[in-house]
Amino acid sequence: MNSLRLALAYLRFHWVRSIVLVLVVGMILAVPSATQILLASSERQLTARAEATPLVLGRRGSALDLTMNAIYFSDEHPEPLSMAEVDVIWDSNYATPIPLHTRFTSDGFRIVGTSIEYFSFRDLTLLEGRSLAVLGEAVIGAAVAADLGVGVGDGVVSSPENLFDLDGVYPLELKIVGVLARTNTPDDEAIFTDIKTAWVIEGIGHGHDDVLTGANGAENVQASASLLQFNRITPDNLDSFHFHGDPGGFPVTAILVDPYDLRGATILRGRYLDPDGRAQMVVPATVVRGLVDRIFRIKTLLDTVTLVIGVAALAAVALAIFLSYRLRGPEVKTAIKIGAGRGTIAQLLAVETAILLTGSIALAAILTFLVSRNADGWVAWLLATGT
Amino acid sequence: MVELEDLSFTYPDGAFHLNVPALRIESGERVAVVGPSGTGKTTLLNLISGLIAPRTGRITVDDTNVASLGEAARRSFRAHSIGFIFQDFALLDYLTARENILYPYRITDLKFDRNVRVRADELATTSGLSGKLDRRPGSLSQGEQQRVAICRALLPAPSLILADEATGNLDPANKIVILDLLFDHAAATNAAILAVTHDHDLLPRFDRVIDFTAFRAEATT
Repeated sequence: MNSLRLALAYLRFHWVRSIVLVLVVGMILAVPSATQILLASSERQLTARAEATPLVLGRRGSALDLTMNAIYFSDEHPEPLSMAEVDVIWDSNYATPIPLHTRFTSDGFRIVGTSIEYFSFRDLTLLEGRSLAVLGEAVIGAAVAADLGVGVGDGVVSSPENLFDLDGVYPLELKIVGVLARTNTPDDEAIFTDIKTAWVIEGIGHGHDDVLTGANGAENVQASASLLQFNRITPDNLDSFHFHGDPGGFPVTAILVDPYDLRGATILRGRYLDPDGRAQMVVPATVVRGLVDRIFRIKTLLDTVTLVIGVAALAAVALAIFLSYRLRGPEVKTAIKIGAGRGTIAQLLAVETAILLTGSIALAAILTFLVSRNADGWVAWLLATGT
Repeated sequence: MVELEDLSFTYPDGAFHLNVPALRIESGERVAVVGPSGTGKTTLLNLISGLIAPRTGRITVDDTNVASLGEAARRSFRAHSIGFIFQDFALLDYLTARENILYPYRITDLKFDRNVRVRADELATTSGLSGKLDRRPGSLSQGEQQRVAICRALLPAPSLILADEATGNLDPANKIVILDLLFDHAAATNAAILAVTHDHDLLPRFDRVIDFTAFRAEATT
């Protein structure tokens, strides 16, 4: 009891040193376990989502970029395919094609233009509101709703890509009609809209009400870079929106392909084996497995580095504690002269060390708990962020 | 009563010998030890308190032969029978003045109870520390710090107080005050005082002065 009283008095008096030691040791203990949890969650999420996506069709190029973009909505931008490829899949009667258009963002969140089949394909359920019905509507993921503080009835505005491109992408206000239940997948971080709405953002489709503004009632129009304005689709102007050109030539970033059976999948894959063809069909599970294998080869190295750094840091902490004891030499001498035994002094120092270690372990446990509780959400966000 | 007979001590490296043929200090007696540095004055205090063992001879404090005690018994002897006062006060900066006074009860086999705390407060009050018991040493003057150290040494009511340059860090006015305080408190319990000092102005206040050169520390080389 006396040792505890004295130890607490010492640690309280030297509170800065005590807190620094607790933080350092706590972090040394927490980082390896937190890393393990995050890596395990990464592997689980990467694998699970990839395995839930049988095939992805996209422009020939990096299979990894295509997969990451199509299933995690990451920042990679593979060259687009044409919408005609969707019709080809439909016409084959081997699979359901789900087009994806992921070029645009709003407040950092990916706008995913797709078809209504996407929601059933991913087993997404609505927390509130309804699904997409008409042009200009959006259904948002749970993280988008939470981070932006928006819900049904609010709007989100797509980010313009180039302020000085008159013929380019104008911001389009999307009306939120639904919020998805949280899934701890990249779907939480996405703003879903009909693919036609994505084409409107891209400038392929447009209306004639708000894009060009008449000045003071005159017949001339203003459409300069200095006149950046919202393009809002309303019931009043909805009918005026139209698309120019062949819809089969409109762009899609990728196509999720959901085969009806193994035979259909095999036949479809065979059609895109030509290395000179414009399109490639990848199996996300295979691509991601290769990525995970690489990550876990790196993880082995990371584990070694973490171990070395941990040992070095603990040695530094031990040295700091040892030097602290050395500095307390006069105190120890006084205690011995007064009549204390070396066992009593050792007990006092041991209690101090035990209190610091207890604090560090508690801190590490709290950090590890927080990481394990939020790992899935953080990993989903990291995967969606990409590189 | 303290009695030394045919005492000799040699440091392990053989740097010097200390020989004390005979020395007797009566209870309540106030004895000053003077002499040049390096003649073994502090060594004498360490021998009497059992911190180090003599090569030959006998040290008796209140009928206890200190040299014959085992390690644990010597610790207990120091805690109960010896009060140490140091030149640098040796207070713990992380404890309050009250906790410094009670410190021996936290780390030795001295039994702590409520009465000890009451006596500590009384002792501190009569030592001029009233209202300062909850302050840490860093916020006390040097004179106040030495008062705290004196209270710490006296609280267990030892029969012998060993003071090693106890007034060495104090200004002239404080030296007299602190020494008188020490004498008053020691007189109350009839404790003997053996004080090492270099301050010849203080010597008239002692009952007896021992010039340590008489015991002469001898170099072996």
